[in-house]
Amino acid sequence: MSVSDLSSFTSLPGPTVRQVHDQFHGDLLEISMGPQHPSTHGVFRMVATLDGEQIVKLKPVFGYLHRNHEKIAENTTYLGSMPYTDRLDYLCSMSTNWAYALAVEKLAGQAVPDRAQYLRVIMAELTRLVNHSCLVGFLFNDLGTSFTPLLYAFREREKILDLFESLSGSRMMCNYQRFGGCRVDPSPEWLATAQKLVANFPRFLDEYERLLTGNEIMLARTQGVGRLDPAHAVSAGLTGPLLRASGVDYDIRKVDGYGFYPRFDFRVPLGAHGDTYDRYMMRILEMRESIKILAQAFKDLPAGPIMDPKAKIRGFRPKPGEAYGRLEGPKGELGFYLISDGGPNPYRYRVRPPSFVNLTLLEEMCLGHTIADSVVILGSIDIVLGEVDR
Amino acid sequence: METVEQIRDRLVARFPAAHVELITNPGPAAEHSLRLDAAHAHDLALFLRDDTALRLDYCSNVTGVDWPDKEVTDVTKTSVPDPAGGPPKIVEQKTVRHQPGCLEVVYHLYSMALKHGPVIIRLRTANRTDRVALPSLTPVWRSCDFQEREVYDLYGVVFERHPDLRRILMWDEFKDHPMRKDYVDPDDYEWEPTAHGAVLERAKAHAPAPAAPEAKP
Amino acid sequence: MSGPTPTPFPAAGHITDAEREELRRHGILLTSLEELYGWGRSNSIWPLQFGLDCCAIEMIAAATARFDIARFGAEIFRPSPRQADLMIVSGTVTKKMAPQVVRLWNQMPEPKYCIAMGACAISGGPFKQGYNVLKGIDRFIPVDIYIPGCPPRPEALLNGLIQLQEKIKGEKLTGPDAARFTRPEEPSEFPVPEYGAHDLVPAKNPAVWTPPAAPAPPAA
Repeated sequence: MSVSDLSSFTSLPGPTVRQVHDQFHGDLLEISMGPQHPSTHGVFRMVATLDGEQIVKLKPVFGYLHRNHEKIAENTTYLGSMPYTDRLDYLCSMSTNWAYALAVEKLAGQAVPDRAQYLRVIMAELTRLVNHSCLVGFLFNDLGTSFTPLLYAFREREKILDLFESLSGSRMMCNYQRFGGCRVDPSPEWLATAQKLVANFPRFLDEYERLLTGNEIMLARTQGVGRLDPAHAVSAGLTGPLLRASGVDYDIRKVDGYGFYPRFDFRVPLGAHGDTYDRYMMRILEMRESIKILAQAFKDLPAGPIMDPKAKIRGFRPKPGEAYGRLEGPKGELGFYLISDGGPNPYRYRVRPPSFVNLTLLEEMCLGHTIADSVVILGSIDIVLGEVDR
Repeated sequence: METVEQIRDRLVARFPAAHVELITNPGPAAEHSLRLDAAHAHDLALFLRDDTALRLDYCSNVTGVDWPDKEVTDVTKTSVPDPAGGPPKIVEQKTVRHQPGCLEVVYHLYSMALKHGPVIIRLRTANRTDRVALPSLTPVWRSCDFQEREVYDLYGVVFERHPDLRRILMWDEFKDHPMRKDYVDPDDYEWEPTAHGAVLERAKAHAPAPAAPEAKP
Repeated sequence: MSGPTPTPFPAAGHITDAEREELRRHGILLTSLEELYGWGRSNSIWPLQFGLDCCAIEMIAAATARFDIARFGAEIFRPSPRQADLMIVSGTVTKKMAPQVVRLWNQMPEPKYCIAMGACAISGGPFKQGYNVLKGIDRFIPVDIYIPGCPPRPEALLNGLIQLQEKIKGEKLTGPDAARFTRPEEPSEFPVPEYGAHDLVPAKNPAVWTPPAAPAPPAA
């Protein structure tokens, strides 16, 4: 079922803010949602001005998780910052590690062997599966189903986390990529287990979709909610499934062709309406495409070293210069901008976080909707505060 | 996509009054950038966004960089003939000059319409102390909104014509600009037995002073 | 290990443990109010739904079907601090967030407990050098259990919860070493720090936390 088939569903009309205000001559109420709130996905605060239940103004407040990662990185070696990148987007540590390794390899002109490139694709797509199933689970938490879809999503996530733990030693903070390759070579048993998991994943997605996608409450609450205009989305620098739900075809795996992604055959799903329902469908369809990529990667995985033999580990001092390396993380464009002055520590280390920039149009998306809708819209943007505040 | 030199030439041809400088990137990444002057940056940015060949409609990343003042030593070697008739002597002359620092903002631009990029542009302030204003590019690319606020918060660059310039990551009453190189964070450390690295240095300050040696009889 | 280890059948009055066990075999349960109260409280702890960072994801994982915090009676994560009696501080507490954490602690009614989960909540963790990082939540509020790890596994959180349960069961209601919440002179609300120009004001609460004593330097 593609997204374009759903265009026959009409969205529910609602009164405009002005009609409500004129009819009841009410006052505006300013509330603060967060930083401790069950539905703000972390320590995020929204200061919402309400007219009854409808949002008239919404200002996000950041910084409650500002952990000074960039300042600490200026006093840490390049490799010493790799565990900190795990903690940026703590659900997707493998992708964040790869983005950082990509930037440093660009800075230093470091090559990566073929097997490592395939392994990176495998880890990144498994991370995409983890992230998108978490997102769908949390989105339904926000819709009010209170935990049941989340339990199903976490059940699959635990299987993938077991794989990550047996490979890298940690469930979430994998610290797996290095400059010039990967840290650990998976055993044949690991690869067999992973292949079986990927082969069984479509059955879980079918079960999930059977329960959730056609659900009339879910349709009523997400269709037409939080519409995002494609021109605004491009200007606001939104990326990832949020952007593609509005119909803009921009996937960095296809545009930049980093790693070995040009070798894989996969499609990029696009939305038609840019509302919350399309954003939800994006994640489901991207999970199906990730499964395709994983199947191809397992089949074509070549033998060979996982680290470039000429990679320098001790005394790593890239030549002075700068580089910006980016990739298509599960949330959007994740980039690292590094300026080197020839020393062991970076002179400037900057994380381009997708969640931070994706929040630019939060106010526009929520205006005119109710508070309950704002919670769902925030959930569909997919933010993680470790990345927003760094 | 055109090379950076070609883009620079077109910009200079279109805006003759503007100063556009090509900054080469010496590392293997070879991502050269264009330094724009603050007075014309807004018009140049509009051109980069709307030009049909470039269509750089997506500003991906806005970064602040702090370049502190530094003392640069210039060494000039002059050859002085030997009055006694021998080989000429080489005399080194060292002059120390003060290179003023600046705050720099780097923008990474891509095109979603034409799927090319990056084109990197840089803006530099006049100094780090009182002349720290730069034009905001938020009217050109909305994605600069929060990221320029972050550069203002952490570096102190004041973006003119930004729709909502206030602190974003630190609290509003905070006074410093923490990402600057000369920022000293407050001393709220304590003695700890297993510190290492940078924390060890700060924890040592809280260790008790060693006892004075006893006078020998 | 924290708190006293309670004996399984504390003797009440002049009844010995053997007699109690005999009565229990006949279906008569003899207990004390203190023991009953502690058993009830420890097996129905309601945590506050309060996740800060990465440790919060492991806390959520502890609440999912695989690790199942519901076995311990603690699956009701309350969104409101007024209805919770355990605050699991999971993740880095930044200085911007610290006043909010103290405010939430003040809003929780007694008896209340705090678990510092993860290295960041204990002492600042890997981000200790940060200018915006509070170097441990115990600088402002009293912490009962510390769970090290980055992030600690869900099983480690369950272990911490079990230790808290032991501590609660062992709490006395009367006597000289009665629990904190029974004594009205013990504060249950702590002053909320303010945002200063360079740091929080005050940077720490000396009534709650004193820096660890450094060992005496060797005589020169």
